[in-house]
Amino acid sequence: MKLLSQFKVGERGVVVAVHGEGAIRRRLFDMGITPGAEIYLRKKAPLGDPMEVSLRGYELTLRNAEAAHVEMK
Amino acid sequence: MLKFALAGNPNSGKTTLFNALTGSTAHVGNWPGVTVDKREGTYKKGENPVDIVDLPGIYSLSPYTPEEVIARNFILEERPDCIINIVDATNLERNLYLTTQLMEVDTPMIIALNMADVLEKNGDHIDVKALEKNVGLPVVEISALKGRNIDLLMERAVEAVEQKRVGVSVLKDSVLGSAIANAEIALKLKDVPAPLFHAVKLVEKDEIEVKNHPAEARAVESFIKENVCQKSGFCGDAEAEIADARYKYITAHYSSTLTRARKAADETSKTEKADKILTNRFAGIPIFLVILFLIFHLTFSEDMFFLGAIIKPFGEWCGVEGNAAKSIFFAGGLNSPGVILFNALDLLTSKIGEWLTLGLNGLGASSWVSGLVVDGIWGGVASVLSFLPQILVLFLFFSILEDSGYMARVAFMLDRIFRRFGVSGRAFMPMIMGFGCSVPAMINTRTMADEREREATVRVIPFFSCGAKLPILLAIAGGIVATTGVAGGYADVITYSMYLLGIVTALVCLLIMRNTTKRGEASPFIMELPTYHLPGFKNLMLHLWDKAKHFIQKAFTIILVSCVVVWFLSNFGWNWKMVDSMDQSILASIGQFLQPIFTPLGFGAQLNQNGWVFAVAAITGLIAKEDVIATFGTLAACLVASMPSGEYGEGVAEVMVMIEQTGITVPALISFIAFNMLTIPCFAAVAAAKGETAKGKFKWTLLFWIVVSFVTSAIVYSFGTMFNHPIANGNVWSIFVSIGIVILAALAILGIVLYNKHMNKKEAKAKLLKNK
Repeated sequence: MKLLSQFKVGERGVVVAVHGEGAIRRRLFDMGITPGAEIYLRKKAPLGDPMEVSLRGYELTLRNAEAAHVEMK
Repeated sequence: MLKFALAGNPNSGKTTLFNALTGSTAHVGNWPGVTVDKREGTYKKGENPVDIVDLPGIYSLSPYTPEEVIARNFILEERPDCIINIVDATNLERNLYLTTQLMEVDTPMIIALNMADVLEKNGDHIDVKALEKNVGLPVVEISALKGRNIDLLMERAVEAVEQKRVGVSVLKDSVLGSAIANAEIALKLKDVPAPLFHAVKLVEKDEIEVKNHPAEARAVESFIKENVCQKSGFCGDAEAEIADARYKYITAHYSSTLTRARKAADETSKTEKADKILTNRFAGIPIFLVILFLIFHLTFSEDMFFLGAIIKPFGEWCGVEGNAAKSIFFAGGLNSPGVILFNALDLLTSKIGEWLTLGLNGLGASSWVSGLVVDGIWGGVASVLSFLPQILVLFLFFSILEDSGYMARVAFMLDRIFRRFGVSGRAFMPMIMGFGCSVPAMINTRTMADEREREATVRVIPFFSCGAKLPILLAIAGGIVATTGVAGGYADVITYSMYLLGIVTALVCLLIMRNTTKRGEASPFIMELPTYHLPGFKNLMLHLWDKAKHFIQKAFTIILVSCVVVWFLSNFGWNWKMVDSMDQSILASIGQFLQPIFTPLGFGAQLNQNGWVFAVAAITGLIAKEDVIATFGTLAACLVASMPSGEYGEGVAEVMVMIEQTGITVPALISFIAFNMLTIPCFAAVAAAKGETAKGKFKWTLLFWIVVSFVTSAIVYSFGTMFNHPIANGNVWSIFVSIGIVILAALAILGIVLYNKHMNKKEAKAKLLKNK
């Protein structure tokens, strides 16, 4: 099992499951992070957190803490 | 009248479309979440006028953020005749996710496919006919920015209204389809409007829905347990399953209508290229700081790029000395665009003042009439009006940054730092907007999900010195430099420092609040980074025009009236007769009564008999912050017969009179600026803050502003005074004592923060144990 937060810059993967609860989880779904979505980790912010990912044809930023809810393969 | 609602994702161009439809000038920016409240206008070009409602941008109809609830309630309860769902063609999948939710409501609906032209430019193509067929809704390709196909959109929307529509769901064939169908039947029996929408939400276990229909919610739950779970083996989380099913359906049925020319088309690669530099690991933050410095430098500097030494001989050769027209462009050094415009307008306003005097004298007006008009009204209004160019220049730069999409990147880069202070990078946008005006900035905090974080942010927004406070900063900084020559003669250094003081105070207050009264950790930061684009010229001009209009209106209404009132109160005594000297006026006695409050801040009882003017100015500032300098303008004319000669700008000259006539010290002046910047903001901002905070709790916000402004200004004053003449006054010890106090205060804050971290960890552990 690998989490999105453990990805390195330039790595690409597919979402397997989204953990967490309530508003955060719903937000991740609404932004298109659902099982089967392909995610590319484009870069990390100058201070190492948050990260910028590319999915479904657009750019999204989220923190490592939130990315830790996303299970990848 | 028909009522249409505009619904769509944040930053999909809804407000641009709204402006195009209604001819209004609502604020637009390249930042997700500019519109946070609904807004109404009228479309008049059709056969019949149509009411247009611009809803806040949303990604989903979930119940988690205030703007989602606003949009949801409007659609369900106010029942518009048609929903115009604006879809960003360059971001089809995520935009259609909301569409699949909207189409579950029974309301007629039409899709406005926006930015299809941008997509075409990239070489990509959307088959509109196929999309229309697959979605089952009319689709019109538009360009909101260029106003293309807007009328066609409205025509087809009116047609859609005539054909009634019942909600359809893309979830029909999913695992949960049967559960949704059952819930729909149950709700239909209860005569609930838009039963399909509510049914889906019930299956999702949506908080609002479960509360409204508890019996049905229980039935749905047991149905899923007994039927769905056994038949299909799906026993998991319905919310995840539904989101997943929506996206799966979109990829299968809608995404196929989009053909991409090549992977990584032009526009995205441009954004990528720009981001390689602008959000670079090493250069990103330094670049941001340089941009920020340049913005302030180009607005305020009187020695652009510090070329003074080179420019000076050139200026002498030109004969700048004593030439008003030439010194618009350079005095000691080359002036920045902001200062050049300021000087030009200032020359005009002082000329108008002269003409007014001449004109009134020519008409044979009595001296008190010309006193009222020239000193009272024009003196006050002009001292404020001449700062308009610099406010606009500053605003222009920030609008460019916002429009281009750079601001979202700054939030991305600074989130880590902001989190240290207990707020997420999202708080960055309202804070930057605060440099323009606190009112929209406070309203913009609605994009923040956490109530405590939001309230803390609302409280510190006034510390980001707004446009109306700018005249205070500039006039007093100018006055200080002109009389004493401190700060190396650079008035803009004082201006920057005051901005910085406001920011630092805001951050310290956030840190304290988020660890005490508004305890909590920074909320999640999951935000879209929009594609960069060149700011639209028309859009920029609209922003500027709006700002200028608002400022001028204010100058000729609220500020003009306050000037008249101040003039009367300062020229008449309690016996309603004109006084010989201002000391006997009504205003003087009010000012003298209030004066002692400000003694610890340096502009109270320690000043001479005219010192009450500062107390009065600070009080008038509660109406509108421009009033502070306007009051100086009105009073200066009463204090002295003639203004200081020389090339001093409007406002600056008045402050020089104040300094000369009251014996106020430099530290006290700085403390005066700080007080006005940090204390209770103007009427409008107070009302906005009241609207954005919890009911009945607003008195604490007012108290917060009073305490922060008094404490900070007192610190500024006492430090300034000590370092001014430390040894001569035997103040060496007090320096050590005050440094000690500051260290103790810092340690106390650190203590609170660490204690809180410890407690949070403890709580998290306890929660974990409980769950296990």
